[in-house]
Amino acid sequence: MKFDSPAGLNPIDRLKVVGQPTDRIDGKYKTTGTAPYAYERHDVAPDAAYGYVIGSAIAKGRVHRIDTAAAQAAPGVIAIVTTLDTPRIERGVMNVAYLFGGDVIQHYHQAIAVVVAETFEQARAASFLVKVDYAPEAGAFDLTEAAKSAEPVPADSGEGSGGNGEERVGDFEGAFAQAPVTLDATYTTADESHAMMEPHATTAAWHGDKVTLWTSNQMIGWGHGSLAKMLALPKDKVRLDAPYVGGGFGGKLFVRADAVLAALAAKAAKRPVKVALTRPLIANNTTHRPATIQRVRIGATQDGTITAIAHESTSGNLPDGDPETAVNQTKFLYAGANRLTAMKLAHLDLPEGNAMRAPGEAPGLAVLEVAMDEMAEKLGLDPVAFRIRNDTQVDPNQPDRAFSHRDLVGCLKLGAERFGWAKRNPKPGQVRDGQWLVGHGMAAAFRNNMVLKSGARVRLSADGTVTVETDMTDIGTGSYTIIAQTAAEMMGVPLDRVVARLGDSDFPVSSGSGGQFGANSSTAGVYAACVKLREAVAQKLGFNATDAVFEDGEVRAGNRAIPLSQAAADGELVAEDAIEFGKFSKTQQVSTFGAHFVEVAVDAYTAEVRVRRMLAVCAAGRILNPKSARSQVIGGMVMGTGAALMEELAVDTKRGFFANHDLAGYEVPVHADIPHQEVIFLDEVDPMSSPMKAKGVGELGISGVGAAVANAIYNATGIRVRDYPITLDKLLDRMPDAA
Amino acid sequence: MVGAAAAPRDPGARTARTDAPVLVPVTFTVNGERRTLELDTRTSLLDAAREHLHLTGSKKGCDHGQCGACTMIVDGRRINACLTLAIMHQGAEITTIEGLGQPDNLHPMQAAFIRHDGYQCGYCTPGQICSGVAVLEEIKAGIPSHVTADLGAAPQVTEAEIRERMSGNICRCGAYSNIVEAMTEVAGARA
Repeated sequence: MKFDSPAGLNPIDRLKVVGQPTDRIDGKYKTTGTAPYAYERHDVAPDAAYGYVIGSAIAKGRVHRIDTAAAQAAPGVIAIVTTLDTPRIERGVMNVAYLFGGDVIQHYHQAIAVVVAETFEQARAASFLVKVDYAPEAGAFDLTEAAKSAEPVPADSGEGSGGNGEERVGDFEGAFAQAPVTLDATYTTADESHAMMEPHATTAAWHGDKVTLWTSNQMIGWGHGSLAKMLALPKDKVRLDAPYVGGGFGGKLFVRADAVLAALAAKAAKRPVKVALTRPLIANNTTHRPATIQRVRIGATQDGTITAIAHESTSGNLPDGDPETAVNQTKFLYAGANRLTAMKLAHLDLPEGNAMRAPGEAPGLAVLEVAMDEMAEKLGLDPVAFRIRNDTQVDPNQPDRAFSHRDLVGCLKLGAERFGWAKRNPKPGQVRDGQWLVGHGMAAAFRNNMVLKSGARVRLSADGTVTVETDMTDIGTGSYTIIAQTAAEMMGVPLDRVVARLGDSDFPVSSGSGGQFGANSSTAGVYAACVKLREAVAQKLGFNATDAVFEDGEVRAGNRAIPLSQAAADGELVAEDAIEFGKFSKTQQVSTFGAHFVEVAVDAYTAEVRVRRMLAVCAAGRILNPKSARSQVIGGMVMGTGAALMEELAVDTKRGFFANHDLAGYEVPVHADIPHQEVIFLDEVDPMSSPMKAKGVGELGISGVGAAVANAIYNATGIRVRDYPITLDKLLDRMPDAA
Repeated sequence: MVGAAAAPRDPGARTARTDAPVLVPVTFTVNGERRTLELDTRTSLLDAAREHLHLTGSKKGCDHGQCGACTMIVDGRRINACLTLAIMHQGAEITTIEGLGQPDNLHPMQAAFIRHDGYQCGYCTPGQICSGVAVLEEIKAGIPSHVTADLGAAPQVTEAEIRERMSGNICRCGAYSNIVEAMTEVAGARA
């Protein structure tokens, strides 16, 4: 099905099942520990041996020699595969660093060997007996230093919502020089780790020349093609299966070393092998959100109308890597006749920088929305009013291009009202509650809406069960549930008559999970397949497909009503289709909007920050399941709070690695850090987005929330910290007199 | 305590190999069932469950006691099963997530997690639920926490107590707000 005109009225609009806050259909498996994850496949690979991965102890250079003699002789060892035994393996989709093979070390903890043994304990013990000689080389590990020689990013930056490295509208420099009120400030954001709870893991088994990988991956279609290429096999000799994925956040968009090594090790061991990256390997072996240095300049008239806005960002990466596209939202969020956005990319020899939840917008809004707060104060304007004054209904870079639907102002106004923003004291450092300094901050949220082609197969069986098959993944996003809701709505059956089967590369290729495109794209694919199944059913039962109503388990037209199941009485009906998005969907700017409001308390004596209240108002098209969508938003708010207050991969700039590479050193928010969170969805649909009229919501929650936290800290203390995360050491020597 | 099988090794062999696995019989009760295993002394309680008993509900998120995904209830107290060796639990009564409830016979805490969407990817969830069940028992037993203001009075089930006591269970999907609501509901229903 081609999506080439705005969606009209369709069966989804009935909202009998779609749009309802139903409990997740996979909930009873996840809460009882019976949902199988990649390393737990005793059911399909009962005799799997254990692979233990060894990471490079240098950040750059070459592996000279790997002595495995002692390890080979250790008890239980079945096989050892080293990077020196293996020609350099081609990279898969979106890989920047090579994952395995050859003697070149590009980054610390790059996989250099896997030891396979009968038990985990034996594999681990034997791995310590492997001796490695390296020839280290000097590398670039300090972004501040490398930024001095960073190159401008020339063209398309690669990331979906990216664009040209430098874009200009009007005369920014001239307008900024003439503006009566200006801000010119530089900020930094830290390297961040996805730190999903399930480590990257794969169980691999060969059957003849065909390999099956039960793996933890967000994008089965990409992974399938990538592994075929990496293992030099035809695609039909590779199968991936990922029914449950224990979190990804962008870190599992692509094939990682666990999958490659499990496949190689299983071949060498001649039996199934399972490999999980140990927690201390993950930060340096895999990918991270790159740190940024961002400069924002805003010029405005006295009444607060922006006349000039510039956002520049510098980040680093390995050769062939992309920049963190932190300037993206600044192209779209606020009006202003004279504009500049630009990115620079520095060469670094740290581990690979790549996508993490809301790449670009998460660190970009963390900065832009603090700059807006600073500017509002300079203008003597309320921060909400300042944003409303500079709203735009068209793409400011191409004013003839409208937003499909944009209600940022509605989010800001409703949020302010519900939060009690009017009662905020705009003067910082004034509100005291015992030992606490109390502050309130807000920020706008923005994330572009991407769509990807997505396929599905739908089966109707004689007992009336509707089964959906697609390689779409549920990484915690609620895919199982919204896909089943979509099929139930389309076929007119209750939710419990639908079975959703996901994550298997034998199923039709879907959008996969990423970039907040998954929910809208994959359910639209299910919609397309269901339209075909409805046609097949109608034909079978002698109805005209356009007249037939699918409702209450029946197909009706005129005065005839026939049970749906009867269409499959003499054999299962199967339909398959995909939704394809043409150029049409780019004729308008399709984006999601929101507003974050936060109350913090800062200890007057220790500068400890506690978040007390959080509210997000989101405008993201139709909400397919308000319960799971709300969880996506609050989850983003938690992660964004982490980025604001604690998350930072600490770079050892001498030896070239992230030093705090486990969950004790890399701090993420815990229960005690997060208060009750409130989310309001504006009631809206976006017919430009898909037949579902939904948009992405999984990354909107993280976008902007960190700035709201930072602005609340400023309001509480009068201290503006421009370097994330805002840890108490950055506040302590500037705190107001506590007495 | 180690048991008869851990006889002194052949002194001649010691000079040849020092890392040969030592297998020890371990007997404990898991989810009401008495189980005996021959285990490498290095095997964690978590791996005994996941790899030997095929009870994979308890998760390995870090293997370092930093995330709580492996939480089990052992002799009435929750512990990080990755941070303790199986042989240290001879005779213990162990409850894993599989023992609390099953898909068609849910424990009230499991049902409350589903109602309040107290999970997303599901990987930390068994640990959160085991911890949640044990936390309510700890409060009932009068065990104070860092945020208990009055050590002389019985601690109450408050949001602050729940957040403090649950802080060893990380949820990267960020379901904390919903988990607190699920636990509060279960505590209220029980009171």
